[in-house]
Amino acid sequence: MAAAANVPADMAPAAPRRRFRPSGIAGWVVWGLVAFFFLNLFALIATVVLDSIATTWFGSWLPDDFTNHWYGDAWAEFNLSDILVVTAQVAVIVVVLSVLIGVPAAYALARRNFPGKSIITVLFLLPILIPPITYGIPLATVLYKVQLAGSITGVILANLVPTVPFVVLIMIPFIEQIDPKIESAARMCGASTVTIFLRILGPLMIPGMLAAAILVLVRTVGMFELTFLTSGPTSQTIVVVLYDAVFGAGIRAPQEVDAMAVVYTASMLVLLIIALRFVNPTQLVTRVGDR
Amino acid sequence: MTAASPSAASRLTAGSGTPSLRHRLADRGIDRVLLLLVPGILFLLLLFVYPFLYGLQLSFSPQIDGGQALMNGYQGPLANYLYFFGDSYQRDTIWTTLVIGLPAALVNVLVSVPIAYRMRGRFRFKRTLTTLLVVPIALGTVLTADGLIEYLGPAGWLNKALVDFHVINEPLTLVHNYWGVFFSLVITGFPFAFLLVLSYLSGIDPNLERAASVMGAGWWERFRRVTLPLLVPGLAITFCMSFVLAFSVFPSANLVGDPSGTTRVISIAAYHAAFEQFDYSLGSATSMIMGAVMLAIIALVLGWRNTMFRGPAGGKG
Repeated sequence: MAAAANVPADMAPAAPRRRFRPSGIAGWVVWGLVAFFFLNLFALIATVVLDSIATTWFGSWLPDDFTNHWYGDAWAEFNLSDILVVTAQVAVIVVVLSVLIGVPAAYALARRNFPGKSIITVLFLLPILIPPITYGIPLATVLYKVQLAGSITGVILANLVPTVPFVVLIMIPFIEQIDPKIESAARMCGASTVTIFLRILGPLMIPGMLAAAILVLVRTVGMFELTFLTSGPTSQTIVVVLYDAVFGAGIRAPQEVDAMAVVYTASMLVLLIIALRFVNPTQLVTRVGDR
Repeated sequence: MTAASPSAASRLTAGSGTPSLRHRLADRGIDRVLLLLVPGILFLLLLFVYPFLYGLQLSFSPQIDGGQALMNGYQGPLANYLYFFGDSYQRDTIWTTLVIGLPAALVNVLVSVPIAYRMRGRFRFKRTLTTLLVVPIALGTVLTADGLIEYLGPAGWLNKALVDFHVINEPLTLVHNYWGVFFSLVITGFPFAFLLVLSYLSGIDPNLERAASVMGAGWWERFRRVTLPLLVPGLAITFCMSFVLAFSVFPSANLVGDPSGTTRVISIAAYHAAFEQFDYSLGSATSMIMGAVMLAIIALVLGWRNTMFRGPAGGKG
């Protein structure tokens, strides 16, 4: 799927490959806008990175001197190793559970037409369409009531709400393109249902499941709202700790906060580079618009 | 499951009588495969539908102990809603959110269209460029906010450059106000809108434009009369999704905004009520209002979209 999606089907094969060369006023304006966006974006990132390795930096173009002790300080003060362990735990469990729940559901939705299917489809679409902060507040209220909020279990449960439908949404088109005749043929040859799932469908679905898993991983590590609403002191992921460090009370060296932000971005970028080996950039943002 | 008994099967093979219940259900698509849906549906009922209904019910039963609505003299099941719309500090959050969210979504979509239009074909750095656009998604709202505070702050690079080159005399105030939140929404929302618009544009058959070109249409006419009408459904969806993202802004409104004044958006009001004043009832009511406003805007946009042409050659929407 990923390989097929990379090739835009918008140009006939005979069309010449367009050169990367602006032409006309409109072209220059468009490329100028893109360049302006990236210039500011990279200046923004560079500010954070430079500040995290600066001794002091105020009012000058570049920091006075460079040091790396902010990373050590941040690591110790925020217990970054603990936070990263919590983040990894939450992310991995969410990925495994959402694939385990989502893939079977996607299979049923892809292969069967039954009365009430549209209602079920809408039910699976809603958690993706509605922004987390909207349903997060009632959800956190319920989790507080059953005393799950504040624990890692609560954070995992809350994060599963958008990721299970997300896996379903990614897997439906993927399963639809697997020819059902393959399953029928395997059954004709005497394969049991379990064998069909493990030896026929499983291998065929692996690429789609990998894409879904890595996208869920990226979304869970980056998910701020739901984790923020449901986490307690021992169950915060790195993005929530980062928010508290910027917004919460207390005096901290801004360089320490920046050092942690760089650790967060670096880990996200590693995940994204892995993700982009399996999926198209468009898939990272496309939730339902690309049906 | 008596229908699945051997006798039913044999009766079917004998070709007499009505088919078994199992076969009749299977004809309508209901068989054991649907059991695979059960975990997913149970999960969503428990963690999505139930909390929503619980919140809805909670919003109609104002909190007795420390409830804001009762303290302000509102009674009855609608007290939370009456309080929200009666108190300008709460009511105005809707307007504040719309004033931030609508322009941000509009800018993200409208700027995406010409850029995506130029890039819809194939060129050498297309994949690199779309990959680079994913970077802001990796940054997340928190780091973006942190970076904005330093980069756009009074001593940041942008103000320093503008002052040193004598464009302005005093540093501009670009963070901890409306503009900080706006920039944050553009940085996180623009790549999202752009990649969506690009995928819709790629779904439009380029032969249509070539045909128009053969008939003598200039580039503006081709865009205005051929591509744009086909793109409108996709643009409506993109706008809705950008708007939903912008409307639910929470971390950046706190970090780069002015969370008690000009950027006190509705999500801050809901969070404040539920988890700082511990009035879960008012918090739920505010969440419901937030959802209702969002749905109303989406319904308006999609309703307008349905008055447009929808044809087989349109985008992937």
